[in-house]
Amino acid sequence: MSSSLRLRAGLVSIALLAAFLGIWHLATHSTGPVATMSPEYAKLMGLTATQGKSAMPGPLDVGAKLWEHLRRPFYDNGPNDKGLGIQLGYSIARVGTGYLLAVLVAIPLGFLIGMSPLLSKALDPFIQVLKPISPLAWMPLALYTIKDSSISAIFVIFICSIWPMLLNTVFGVASVRKEWINVARTLEVGTIRRAFTVVLPAAAPTILTGMRISIGIAWLVIVAAEMLVGGTGIGYFVWNEWNNLSITNVIIAILLIGIVGMLLDQILARFTRMVTFPE
Amino acid sequence: MSTFDDPFDADRNLRAGCVCGQHCSAREHEQAALRCEPVESEEKRYEGVVASAVMRAMFPQDVARRAFLKSVGASTALAALSQFFPLKTATEVFAQAGTPEKKDLKVGFIPITCATPIIMAAPMGFYSKHGLNVEVVKTAGWAVIRDKTINKEYDAAHMLAPMPIAISLGLGANAIPFAVPAIENINGQGIVLAAKHKDKRDPKDWKGLKFAIPFDYSMHNYLLRYYLAEHGLDPDTDVQLRSVPPPEMVANLRADNIDGFLAPDNICQRAIYDGVGFMHLLSKEIWDGHPCCSFAASREFITSAPNSFAALTRAIVDATAYASKAENRKQIAEAIAPANYINAPVTVLEQVLTGTYADGLGGVKTDAKRVDFDPFPWQSFAVWMLTQMKRWGQIKGDVDYKAVAEQVYLATDTKRLMTEMGLTPPASSYKSFAVMGKTFDPAKPEDYVASFKIRKSS
Repeated sequence: MSSSLRLRAGLVSIALLAAFLGIWHLATHSTGPVATMSPEYAKLMGLTATQGKSAMPGPLDVGAKLWEHLRRPFYDNGPNDKGLGIQLGYSIARVGTGYLLAVLVAIPLGFLIGMSPLLSKALDPFIQVLKPISPLAWMPLALYTIKDSSISAIFVIFICSIWPMLLNTVFGVASVRKEWINVARTLEVGTIRRAFTVVLPAAAPTILTGMRISIGIAWLVIVAAEMLVGGTGIGYFVWNEWNNLSITNVIIAILLIGIVGMLLDQILARFTRMVTFPE
Repeated sequence: MSTFDDPFDADRNLRAGCVCGQHCSAREHEQAALRCEPVESEEKRYEGVVASAVMRAMFPQDVARRAFLKSVGASTALAALSQFFPLKTATEVFAQAGTPEKKDLKVGFIPITCATPIIMAAPMGFYSKHGLNVEVVKTAGWAVIRDKTINKEYDAAHMLAPMPIAISLGLGANAIPFAVPAIENINGQGIVLAAKHKDKRDPKDWKGLKFAIPFDYSMHNYLLRYYLAEHGLDPDTDVQLRSVPPPEMVANLRADNIDGFLAPDNICQRAIYDGVGFMHLLSKEIWDGHPCCSFAASREFITSAPNSFAALTRAIVDATAYASKAENRKQIAEAIAPANYINAPVTVLEQVLTGTYADGLGGVKTDAKRVDFDPFPWQSFAVWMLTQMKRWGQIKGDVDYKAVAEQVYLATDTKRLMTEMGLTPPASSYKSFAVMGKTFDPAKPEDYVASFKIRKSS
């Protein structure tokens, strides 16, 4: 039953994809009106103007270009032109650094706040105000104070991905069942040991969920940050190709950003499953 | 007398026909003053410069030198000279001009054709020729390039000509002394309108339109405002001016978010290439020979690494001189088109640089001076920009036009470098010019500002 459901879902997915690609192809295939122009003039103009070609590339253009990129993902033509593999590598390294720093700060801090109802109430307004701030709003401030664009990018990842983890840790720690803590207390388990053997395992699924939300946010932020800071990374790639009005490359980048984001999410989802327990 | 004359020429006319003495008449001087012609080879040029200096030092009086030359002949004189003066060593020492303190430099640029000399100097080897290893880094926008240069991530950068003045004055940034050793390009901008405005060629009909400019402190802003005001429109109330990064302009024009823009080139031509707009006017028609972008560095970099800075300036001046020649333009277009540099179709860059372009209305136009390259940082340019900053309320209160211009635009240093390189810099650092037929006198900036009817009341 379950396997046949999966099969049917897969078939529907493929059918949807095919329909999407078909519509996309048809929508971009048609040529618009073409004004008559002298051949001398036409030579100086782009295809959009001379052949009425749609400015939006079709799936075949994108596929061909994607193949070209996949064949040589690690080329390096100087500081402003590197292969997609290298660009993604830079982005993942940045996200990894910012995210790990956020984990290192958010989880211990969340633990402390969660164990103390007073602190968690007192800090709540600050967290609530800082949480919804967009990465782009932090960027000028970071650039101005840190005075280094690559550290600024990492800082922005850090500051944007810390909040979901912090809030979830606080919530997870605060909502550990009182009975379990009381049992530990009657057995005279020390505070440190109680934190690691009782509270941590109990709060782990909630904490991991926070981390999963955070990695998603970190990946969202990196594209915006790199578009602004420039130099390297997939965000810079998008900006550079937009600069050249190459929508084909922008679509390829969007596709890759989606795939990498999904992979990162899946990794965290696997970790979450590992620590989940039935009640 | 100029460095370029040959003091070994006995028949040279000693009576100067013009200020610099290099030309027969003042008119010829005017024509030549703006041009920088590179000589056959670096070596030869330096050799000539050094030999001339020695010859002049030995015979300071023209008449005495002439008599000597007449009696022995030029080649004998040169041979005799090298007997007791190590000409070759002196030439070598001169060409090296101090080892750069810092060899690996980072220079930021915005991907537009204004940056041509800065960009092409990397693939075409002008930086390495002057002993530098320069990485040119593409940057997302003017504010970012400003911050990265202030933060010392870049040693020097491509900036809009008014930006170093604004930064030095602390407009839109903390006041940090910046300097401009070289202008990048002159002309090379344009007013592009959306294709639907084909019939609205008279600016008087432009009330209520939305225009994009690249940055508040840009020649584009000042030229567009000037142009509109001359046609009776108040740029602050009659139209909307938006600051939009150049790459986003074409997309915005296509999306009908703006009606037109005064933008740097390859953006203008790109809009035409994609069939989105047409060329209403080249910026050259507003002010022929106006500066646009500059090569800028902080005072701190200049004082801490003077030799690196000098080498960098030489490389830029050298590249600019190369770019100013029409026959090199096609080759340059190919060198700067790849994704590592401007990242634009070669056809577009060729149209901009060679000046034979499609106007977007079905015609092919030719204007060899559509964009041109001239490194000399005229201080009168800076004074003009200051008058416009004042006119549009970017500067409030009194300005010491001359002091600011001289502090930021390093005409004296550039003059010295150009002379050392065997190029001919102009004799003065101020020149008068006309913007839309109205003459600007750099000596009377206050009167100039006051003479405009449309301006921001202060």
